[in-house]
Amino acid sequence: MATVLDSPNPFAPSGNLRRRKRVDLMMRATATFWAVAAVAVLGIVLGYVAAKGAGALSPSFFTQSPSDFGPIGGILPEIVGSLILVGLATAFALPIGVLTGIYLTEFSTPRTAYPIRLALDLLNGLPSIVIGVFVYGLLVLGSGQKGYAGSIALAIIMVPLIARAAQEVLRLVPQSQREAAHALGMSKWRTTVGVVLPACISGIITGTVLAVARAAGETAPLILLSSLYDAGNTKVTANVFGGVMPNIPIQIFNDSELGTPTAHERAWGAALVLVAMILIVSLIARVLLARQRRRLYR
Amino acid sequence: VNDRQRPGTAASLCAVAVPSIAVGGGISGSRGRADRVGDRLLQGLTTLASLLVVVTIAFIIYQLVDGARPAMSLYGFGFIGHNVWNPAAENQHGIFGAAAFIYGTAVTSAIALILAGPIGIAIGLYLSLLAPRRIAAVVGPLIELIAAVPSVVLGLWGLLVLAPLIKSTIEPALGAVLGWIPLFGAPASGWAGEGVFAAGIILTIMVVPIVASISRELFLSVPNELKEGALALGATRWEMVRGVVLASSRPGLTATMILGLSRALGEAIAVTQVIGGGSSSIISGNLFNVGDTLASRIANASQSSNGPRMTAAIFYLAVILLAFGLLANLTAQTIVRRYEVANRAH
Repeated sequence: MATVLDSPNPFAPSGNLRRRKRVDLMMRATATFWAVAAVAVLGIVLGYVAAKGAGALSPSFFTQSPSDFGPIGGILPEIVGSLILVGLATAFALPIGVLTGIYLTEFSTPRTAYPIRLALDLLNGLPSIVIGVFVYGLLVLGSGQKGYAGSIALAIIMVPLIARAAQEVLRLVPQSQREAAHALGMSKWRTTVGVVLPACISGIITGTVLAVARAAGETAPLILLSSLYDAGNTKVTANVFGGVMPNIPIQIFNDSELGTPTAHERAWGAALVLVAMILIVSLIARVLLARQRRRLYR
Repeated sequence: VNDRQRPGTAASLCAVAVPSIAVGGGISGSRGRADRVGDRLLQGLTTLASLLVVVTIAFIIYQLVDGARPAMSLYGFGFIGHNVWNPAAENQHGIFGAAAFIYGTAVTSAIALILAGPIGIAIGLYLSLLAPRRIAAVVGPLIELIAAVPSVVLGLWGLLVLAPLIKSTIEPALGAVLGWIPLFGAPASGWAGEGVFAAGIILTIMVVPIVASISRELFLSVPNELKEGALALGATRWEMVRGVVLASSRPGLTATMILGLSRALGEAIAVTQVIGGGSSSIISGNLFNVGDTLASRIANASQSSNGPRMTAAIFYLAVILLAFGLLANLTAQTIVRRYEVANRAH
């Protein structure tokens, strides 16, 4: 006791405590370092895409077809193809996903909910290339690659994302609102369509937009379903049943494998277009989602 | 949360509900019939959609096994341990085995987990316990944004930026220090930096945001009384983290690792771009050699025209990948469910 009182600062760490504090400081520094490093990696990757991609961008990049000879051409057919593939996939996945979400929150019993939730989780966890092989065996084997096959694979990827998002926001709608509608004599479907869905529609839209952002960059299934085209010579097409639909992710993949400076330049340009589309869309969706959550949780 | 009214909702509820009540009253004939039909229709449609989801997963499993059947009956389980992949052998029928790809998948995923596990947990700790709220609100979404970068773009960056960097800087440095370990042996001549090591790094970048965001949620859900109790007993922050936060979220962290693993197992495109495989099937202990994973071989093989036996072999690869994926997800979910049940029991 006397030694503590004698020392000039009784609370100055000494011996064992100093060592513990040093370990503490080291661990804190490590955690902070890795957080900074992760953000730095994001910055480096996006920085490369922006810097190298900007060099490839020009008005003609959005109005021409790719070209293997001389200038790089543009990626108009790929932009159009990606929009069509993802649009069609959304048209398949949105109703199925939202209806599944409605079933889970409004109609299911614990006994029926379990297998559906399990199926959604398993579907969500499947490697996308496995879904690609499935659709390949179903629609492509023996008859050749088709655009719509790619859309169906993208839809299978999107359904669990949309269903999960829909279920999450449907559950946030207060039970009292449903009860109030029932008390007013409204039938279940009018309650669901007229009261519950409008209360959380923005959340469902946000979830769908995030699923679209995910599908737009998905390459693995498309490599089996809509990839066998001449990367340097494509035309704008809207016929998803006619054959292969050129698209941005496959263009980037093929150009990165080609190994010529022209192809690499075009790949960076296409990557910039793709990343810009996806990041803008998912940033907006995330901001909306955060706002929606704040409102519903209050 | 549930029994509190949202401000502003009461008005919108009235706007929706009142007109439909005013007209019908709910009992009269045609209206009642419409309601009955509507109820049935909505229940029928939602049930149908849910069934479709369940049927899809079952159909995927059936379709893959069915497509792989010729290879399964030809090779049996020997396919898994067999290490030749040569489409030109046996009069162009080909000889196929998956051992090299299973090995490649295991090694790349192991690199990703060994690196991304601790890094992701460190970031989760930073975001949940260390960072000031304002900073966490910015850094958290930024790290999640890494997961939004399409894998083909990450692969492009890996091939054109990371691989040359590995060749010029990282490999010589690692080789100088750790070259005595066979893992970091000298690369083949003419090597451009691609290979198993590059694939592992790219997978690490993909897995970190998953581990970081799930573990952040886990750490936030540790009760404050426990954390404060540890601090009140004189523990430093790190001792509190080790003794309370990490200890109490261990099952959740295991599930997180498995989810990260399943992401790494199944990634096809970025790995195909940077792993430099495609034709041969080598099993090499040297991380700077080229290789192939299950997913990357499927992606590679799809760009050539294949005989029926090779097609069946590709389906077999997909079945193995599917089995790994399902196993990982089921394990993770079982852990999470048991964890939640245990938590509720407290």
